[in-house]
Amino acid sequence: MQEINKEFRVRSSEFGDKAKFIIEGLNAWFGRNQALKNINMSVKQNEVTAIIGPSGCGKSTFVRCLNRLHEEIIGARCEGRVIFDGKDIYDPDVDPVLIRRRIGMVFQKPNPFPAMTVYENVVAGLILEGRKKKSELDEVVEKFLRLAALWDEVKDKLHQSGARLSSGQQQRLCIARTLAVEPDVILFDEPTSALDPISTAKIEELMQGLKKDYTIVIVTHNMQQAARVSGYTGFFLLGELIEFDRTNKIFTNPANRLTEEYVTGRFG
Amino acid sequence: MKNVKLNKDTAFKWLTAFLAFILLLLGIGILLKLIISSRLSFDAFGLKFLFSREWDPVQRLFGALPFVWGTFVSATLALIIALPISIGIAVFLSELAPIWMRKPVSFIIELLAAIPSVIYGLWGLFVLAPVMQQWVEPLLGKYLGFLPFFKGYPLGVGMLTGGVIIAIMIIPTISSISREVLSAVPAHQKEAALSIGMTRWEAIWKVMLPYGRSGIVGAIILGYGRALGETMAVTMVIGNTPNISLSLFDPAYTIASVIANEFTEATYELYISSLIEIGLILFVITFILNAVARFLLWRMKRFEEVRG
Ligand SMILES: Nc1ncnc2c1ncn2[C@@H]1O[C@H](COP(=O)(O)OP(=O)(O)OP(=O)(O)O)[C@@H](O)[C@H]1O
Ligand SMILES: [Mg+2]
Repeated sequence: MQEINKEFRVRSSEFGDKAKFIIEGLNAWFGRNQALKNINMSVKQNEVTAIIGPSGCGKSTFVRCLNRLHEEIIGARCEGRVIFDGKDIYDPDVDPVLIRRRIGMVFQKPNPFPAMTVYENVVAGLILEGRKKKSELDEVVEKFLRLAALWDEVKDKLHQSGARLSSGQQQRLCIARTLAVEPDVILFDEPTSALDPISTAKIEELMQGLKKDYTIVIVTHNMQQAARVSGYTGFFLLGELIEFDRTNKIFTNPANRLTEEYVTGRFG
Repeated sequence: MKNVKLNKDTAFKWLTAFLAFILLLLGIGILLKLIISSRLSFDAFGLKFLFSREWDPVQRLFGALPFVWGTFVSATLALIIALPISIGIAVFLSELAPIWMRKPVSFIIELLAAIPSVIYGLWGLFVLAPVMQQWVEPLLGKYLGFLPFFKGYPLGVGMLTGGVIIAIMIIPTISSISREVLSAVPAHQKEAALSIGMTRWEAIWKVMLPYGRSGIVGAIILGYGRALGETMAVTMVIGNTPNISLSLFDPAYTIASVIANEFTEATYELYISSLIEIGLILFVITFILNAVARFLLWRMKRFEEVRG
């Protein structure tokens, strides 16, 4: 493993007070199997950060550590600091539920709630939704379905099950559900890998629009996607962060040989 | 090679079809036999049999209402008691309990379902009934005595004790099926719920239980069916008096119990025939219940398919 020779030209200091996340010495385990090894990285505010790397290298585990979802798996744990807006989310006095309200997540497989309608899916995460007036809720639903570029397609199907939509629509419904909680950050874990090119294009476009109000982290297997949507990219390999830099740098002139092999598709 | 396999498959198919057919014939046979044997009583009382409260072998008067009442009320009471407890157990075992505890405790609960009914009955008679008489019923009478359900003298044996014992007997069934239903909810549903900031409690109630609701409805119906047909344990604690009373403290009688108790004492044709007609009523009730359950499940499933 000595050939892994990490080089970071971007440090958290560069982001200054624009750093949304500062991750320091993050390790994560599944039982005795270590999935993340000493990750140090920062995520810039109002920017799209891409996470790339071969299957099983710990990309999902990494983003799931950012919203404290990792610990929900039986036997899974993590160590280290994840400083979010100046506060370590792993401090004992932090409530993971509140953290997850501020750091939303969209998963690889669209996972709407099948027992709920489209409408109910969108408002599922609102606190005290039952106490809100119908008209307020209607507004919320329309606003976030529009934001997720889904409104026109489902405005006549609001009271059908969310599981009855196409998978591309389901994924945008999940995005609307995530947006409706009004988080600061959205973590996308391979959000388009199960989708056709048209739905993928819609979601990428959507992401560009969201950038100005949200901080976005996206895990992707698709190099072009990373290049298209992100400003910064981190390359993971075997649980380690090999290189983290501006996206154009990673794709045109990476500092590490492994990164170069991976992004040029010569990875063995 | 392929042909041999095909032939075996076809033979197996016919064999299973034949066995299923026999089962169907058996069901129809039982129904026919019940109808034929209850003919005498039906001729004597007609539809009045269903609505009469009279059950007097000496006067040769027979009416099924108290037994139908007792069966329904005791089973429903049992379900009302058992349902929240069972769902609570299922949620606890699939989501909240420490990992090491889940398997052994689930196993023990499933074992409870295998205990013979008569053992529950003995326990009900010697342990539960005195507790009900000395503690539970007086307390209910004191604080909820303004309701018609908790009036009267605490006897220990009666509708309430009957309902409690049936509840205890159906809890293992409902809770173990519900637990399996909950464990079968995919992890991505729970994670989606948590990722939008639901608490674990909300994830369970708003997402996981609704996701598995058709399975849970199935569990409830299975439990209710068992409650309606339960014989031995109820017979031992329900008081065996053909009463129709709003008070749950009063003794009552169920269909299964009256058949078990009086069949050997039924000394003349009409008496036997009346008992058989009551049996027929129970048969029809459980049949309708199962049909309704199937229909509900089918509709829910179809709804979900349309949804999904
Ligand atoms: N639920 C789990 N239980 C045990 N080990 C797991 C679990 N999920 C992941 N792992 C292990 O942790 C390591 C990292 O997995 P992770 O899912 O983070 O990879 P990934 O980079 O997201 O892969 P992919 O691109 O295939 O999604 C892998 O070696 C995997 O085997
Ligand atoms: Mg992954």
